[in-house]
Amino acid sequence: MLMANLIPVAKSVGVNKMVPTISIPYPLGDPATPKEEQYKLRYHRVGVALDALTAEISEPTLFKTKI
Amino acid sequence: MKKAILYLNQFFGQVGGEDMADHTPEIREGLVGPAMELDKQLGDDIQVTHTIICGDNFMGSRQEEAIDMIKDFLKDKEVDFFFAGPAFRAGRYGAACGHAGRAVQQMFPDAVVITSMDEENPGVEMFRKDMFIFRGGASAAAMRNDLKAMAQFAQKLARGEEITSAKEEGYFGRGKRKQYFLNPPVPATERVIDMLLKKINGEAYETELPVPVTDLVPVAPPVAPDKLSEATIAIVTSGGIVPVGNPDRIQSASATKWGKYDVSGMDDLKAGEYQTIHAGFDPMAANADPDVIVPLDAMRQYEKEGKIKKMFHYFYSTVGTGTTQKEAARMGREIAAELKESGVDGVLLVAT
Repeated sequence: MLMANLIPVAKSVGVNKMVPTISIPYPLGDPATPKEEQYKLRYHRVGVALDALTAEISEPTLFKTKI
Repeated sequence: MKKAILYLNQFFGQVGGEDMADHTPEIREGLVGPAMELDKQLGDDIQVTHTIICGDNFMGSRQEEAIDMIKDFLKDKEVDFFFAGPAFRAGRYGAACGHAGRAVQQMFPDAVVITSMDEENPGVEMFRKDMFIFRGGASAAAMRNDLKAMAQFAQKLARGEEITSAKEEGYFGRGKRKQYFLNPPVPATERVIDMLLKKINGEAYETELPVPVTDLVPVAPPVAPDKLSEATIAIVTSGGIVPVGNPDRIQSASATKWGKYDVSGMDDLKAGEYQTIHAGFDPMAANADPDVIVPLDAMRQYEKEGKIKKMFHYFYSTVGTGTTQKEAARMGREIAAELKESGVDGVLLVAT
């Protein structure tokens, strides 16, 4: 299960499960936003990734995030 | 003057044909068979001092013994260059040149090992990463040309001349990247736009970063949804998060090392205790809060909620910039083996 910002690269090398992150230097929390907001985003995306571990997939899949 | 040694099989070493393929390795002072032409092509910069001759079957079936004997022959010799072949399309000979060349390279790390094979020779794929394998002809008819290509390249190195890409020099790419300045200089921005325009116009263009053919990994079996709450989940990152001071001295680029760090009893990764040593992005945000790359705080929350049983007490880290696919694959295998052995059920790999 990969959490990455460069999804096109992840796809091109054949990653099977992908959850997008928000940037290269800070994948899980934008320092320009308040700490609570960063944590909320991080908590949400890690949750999506954990659920993705349980997903039955047959081809490379990008999992959707809400925050 | 630099010193060189040439490795030949029984046939080119003029011992005999297939009936002599079990010929025990030997070393002869001076030039045998193709060694004469090679020595001539090498000119005044490099001298071929000895010829090693070994039967192809001897090397094939008693490889360790053959390598030990060759090493023994060379222990009191000067070896600036080690040539093998050319092996053309002869599979056994190609593999023998590769095995001999690799052993010599290990024994003499500063020596240059050069061979030549036809692209169909299985030795190419087996050894292209270990030595310079020149793109040679399919049969001995190409002997003179192949020797010339090997010799000219050796001369360039002996004179300290700049070498260019594998393709231009004529050898099979070793999977190594080399940085150099263009003359005249053309900025990357202009080169990439040129490439893009060509691509849009359907014209031929050449990428500066060929992506090796990917080997696809099958989808891992999922963690059963009702078992997630019993699962141990590990975090692995290519984002270079390490304890401040980088105790394992993981390289900031082109990494060949990884580290694992125990976070037992911690609720998040604190600034000043952890940092990123990744040289490929601005580290400010990750140094101010390492959880933006290793989300320990969120994982702890999911532990508390019972969504997962626990986060594995080590997180694993390396640096993913300039890192070769080969090294990355090796590190991945090593880390995966540890995680499997530790009973980890799932992994979140956070990339930067």
